[in-house]
Amino acid sequence: MSVKLTNLGRLALATTAIAALPMMASADTLRLLTWGGYAPEEVIAKFEAETGHTVEVTTSNNEEMIAKLRATNGGGFDLAQPSQDRITSAQEEFGIYKPIDMSKVDAAQFIPSMLTATAGNSSFEGEVYGLPHVWGTSGLVVNTAMAGNVQDYTDLCDASVAGKVSYRLKRPTLIGFAFSMGMDPFAAYGDSAAYQGVLDQVEAKLTECKPNVKTYWGGGDEIKNLLRSGEVVASMAWDTGGWQLNADNPDITFVAPKAGALGWIDTFVLPARGRADDAAYDWINFVMKPEIAAMITNTAGNFTAAVDGDAGVNADLKARYQGSFDQQAIDNIKWYPPVPAGLEAMEGATLDRINAAN
Amino acid sequence: MKSDASRLGFYLLFAPILLWLVVLIILPHIGLFIVSISEKVGPRQYETGFGNYAAFFGEPLYWRTFARTAIMSIAATALTLVLGFPIAYYIAKLTRGRTKTTLFLMCMIPFWVSELVRTFGWMILLRETGVFSNALQSLGLVSGPVEMLYNDAAIMVGLVYTSILFMVVPLVTTLDSLDDSLIEAGYDLGGSSTSIMREIVIPHAMPGIVSGCIVVFMLSLGNYLTPILLGGKDSLWFTGMIYTQFITRFNWELGSAFGFLLLGLSSLVVFLGLKLSGQTLSQTMGRS
Amino acid sequence: MTDIQPDLECRDLAKSFDDFQAVDRVNFEVPKGSFFSILGPSGCGKTTLLRMISGFQSPTSGDLRIKGRSMIGVPPNKRPVSMVFQHLALFPTMNIGDNVGFGLRQRGVGKAEIRKRVDEVLERVGLPGVSARRVDQLSGGQKQRVAIARCMVLEPDVLLLDEPLGALDLKLREHMKVELKSLQAAFNTTFVYITHDQSEALVMSDNIAVMNNGRFEQVGTPHDVYHRPGTAFVAGFVGDANSFNAKVTAVNGANISVATDAGVEMKIEAADAGLSVGQNAQVFLRPEAIKLVSSAADIGDSVNVSAGVVDSVLFNGANSSVTVRSTTGGLLKVALPQTGDYTALQKGDEVFTRWHPKQARCFQLAGGAR
Repeated sequence: MSVKLTNLGRLALATTAIAALPMMASADTLRLLTWGGYAPEEVIAKFEAETGHTVEVTTSNNEEMIAKLRATNGGGFDLAQPSQDRITSAQEEFGIYKPIDMSKVDAAQFIPSMLTATAGNSSFEGEVYGLPHVWGTSGLVVNTAMAGNVQDYTDLCDASVAGKVSYRLKRPTLIGFAFSMGMDPFAAYGDSAAYQGVLDQVEAKLTECKPNVKTYWGGGDEIKNLLRSGEVVASMAWDTGGWQLNADNPDITFVAPKAGALGWIDTFVLPARGRADDAAYDWINFVMKPEIAAMITNTAGNFTAAVDGDAGVNADLKARYQGSFDQQAIDNIKWYPPVPAGLEAMEGATLDRINAAN
Repeated sequence: MKSDASRLGFYLLFAPILLWLVVLIILPHIGLFIVSISEKVGPRQYETGFGNYAAFFGEPLYWRTFARTAIMSIAATALTLVLGFPIAYYIAKLTRGRTKTTLFLMCMIPFWVSELVRTFGWMILLRETGVFSNALQSLGLVSGPVEMLYNDAAIMVGLVYTSILFMVVPLVTTLDSLDDSLIEAGYDLGGSSTSIMREIVIPHAMPGIVSGCIVVFMLSLGNYLTPILLGGKDSLWFTGMIYTQFITRFNWELGSAFGFLLLGLSSLVVFLGLKLSGQTLSQTMGRS
Repeated sequence: MTDIQPDLECRDLAKSFDDFQAVDRVNFEVPKGSFFSILGPSGCGKTTLLRMISGFQSPTSGDLRIKGRSMIGVPPNKRPVSMVFQHLALFPTMNIGDNVGFGLRQRGVGKAEIRKRVDEVLERVGLPGVSARRVDQLSGGQKQRVAIARCMVLEPDVLLLDEPLGALDLKLREHMKVELKSLQAAFNTTFVYITHDQSEALVMSDNIAVMNNGRFEQVGTPHDVYHRPGTAFVAGFVGDANSFNAKVTAVNGANISVATDAGVEMKIEAADAGLSVGQNAQVFLRPEAIKLVSSAADIGDSVNVSAGVVDSVLFNGANSSVTVRSTTGGLLKVALPQTGDYTALQKGDEVFTRWHPKQARCFQLAGGAR
């Protein structure tokens, strides 16, 4: 009975949510739910010219992607791009994806190690749900002229940068601080008691650190603005943000923290009720071509999992990448393992308490 | 025949309202309520119960945020009234014709752009490298940059700014309907400015005051952008908490319960406000 | 200084707005306890004058004294005058008791005392026990009395009334005229009443000031104003009158002969008209001063006789009249005698009109000789 009631409720909610989404399109319209920069205009134009499909892009972030797909039980979009660690838990809880049909994918275009790793991380009940696309890291973006001493996440709490630092109040911050404090949160993923112990320590640290923070940033433009104006001199942020700022102001750049940058891979997944799977596979095979992958890297700023995808990337970006990552830093990247279901609720409570602390 | 036609006309006119009510208001709320009383026991497994409501009362963080939101909204409403009343009085009683229209229009101009843009406007003014800070420095009043953003006062400024129009409009309407001769009669009978304001103008404007306060309170309570953007790291706001539950925690059940509690809270505050001011909903909403 | 000081006294009181002279050096006194009306057409400046007395407008020049004290610079809430507004201006958010007690509350009178005095004054205006009612529960006439009570409870030296009967229907207005007069007598307070309705002014007033273009044309008793108008404007504005433009043809002491523009010869007896031969004059003749005569035989040796035809019959009960088109072409309004004679008169009947030379008023036409 309760299950039925719940379904009715979901249906009612879904009805209203659908109203907000674009109207149902014909089969060869690809409704793409992705991140900003992952589907540049010129790539779409080429794809449409080559295949005859049309592409409708909605940009979003991990949480909103999942929330949107959940509202429609996996409908409304034909292809989505959440990070690889957010696939299995969402699939387990809400069943919003469908498995990838590897026979329709040109696997030779993918860097084999990444393809295998992503397949492993996005497997649920024996089926593979994700293909790797763009990868990158988050770490520190520092104005080296004003905060050269910031080398690690916990350095953001140093008195020398009081009132001039920023980070997001989201899970990467918790993870980064945990590593920086000498713990391994990924190892504790499977043991909720141990993970709670990690969270409690991080909570204490972040609460103590709160007076140092100017504001918790929410969007990429916001943090770039704060860094550019000099109001913030060090922040946790994505590598690309740091490299973009570096182009304007050589003092500002991305720094791979001592404890290790956090590595993420954004994937391709098929929403459970997507209706243009063929167009979706066409898009995947199209954007993984080396020259297209390079175009995406040039706009998004991050490298892709395409074989030879970095060949056509402009030299400045390569130089900035190499400036931030030496071999040791690359080896030290902490790649996000899949987030077990229920972990986010624990992290959420911690984040709420940090937010409310004075 | 004629009555049939008029009845058809009635149903045709009534249908959009009914549709609006049912599809966009009643159905989602029923859905929201059903979600709010389902407790998650495991992946894709739910039980009916009031655990989500219990979670709210069990966690001080939640109801403190709730109380903070309500208190700050009430404060914002009071401040908006205090600032809006003189503006409305000036527009309604001390100006005529073209000046009146111009002033009224000037009150509305900021509302032609989106709330986001308006809030960013305040960020440009208040931030450390912003207009006010620079002005104070160049005037030599302060020695270094001043951060005026990311505190409760900034939230208050933003809330008052975003909602003042909704206070001024009903006030101008009711004050406009106040016959000038009533004010003159007050003076003629020996009243002072204060006593006339208290005994004649404010009682007359009461329906406008109450309806303005209801709208402003609701807008402040339900505001999401302003507290988040202007409040920075101290921006706890209940709507933000609902958003977080829905979007980043995937906890629709708790989010729905929060939504219902917010509905209950705002209704309760409005009810108390009406009781305290001795007004009825039909009086205030019917008039403005 | 006289031993009986006037309650209200204006000396050369003037008010101008930009280029417009609203009130032009007005002088008058209102003796204590009298009913003084200011009568004039709309736009004559009477409202401005009243607002200067109440204090809502300050005069450009001149002086205004109440009980001998100059009111220049005294704000309205400090003046010993009260005003009954055109639309009464009762406070709709208060009940009757609070309305009447408003002024006393402003003076800081104690609650019990206020209640006592409010009840007293309501009783005096004939509305005992209405304190708890709302304003909209009263009839038009009752509101009128509450508005007066609200002022009278403050025992003002002068009560100003701004056409308060304008909004009432005819029957009630007739009734309220009598009532206002008796209230004024009962309170024995000085009333200054402004109106454009001559009948209100004539019925109630002890003295009337007829106002036009910002000036007082004449100040006098109702009888004087009606029967001995001082100017052409007063003669034309107060009461009904047939008016003719004419030229003076002969002056013999008080006896004046004029010829109207239509060529009718008129003989007028006016002692102090100050006219000389050849001047243009305006002649006013009240409808009730003209007698109708059916047959030529009854005329005798009367002067100012002319023959005519009934043009229309205006039946209005006791105030019925006819218009007669004389053989020379002019129209003359004639009141029918209240005795009931001539009730059979019909359109087209041939009649004679005649009037006594003393009944006409004759004024030199503004602008002198043409």
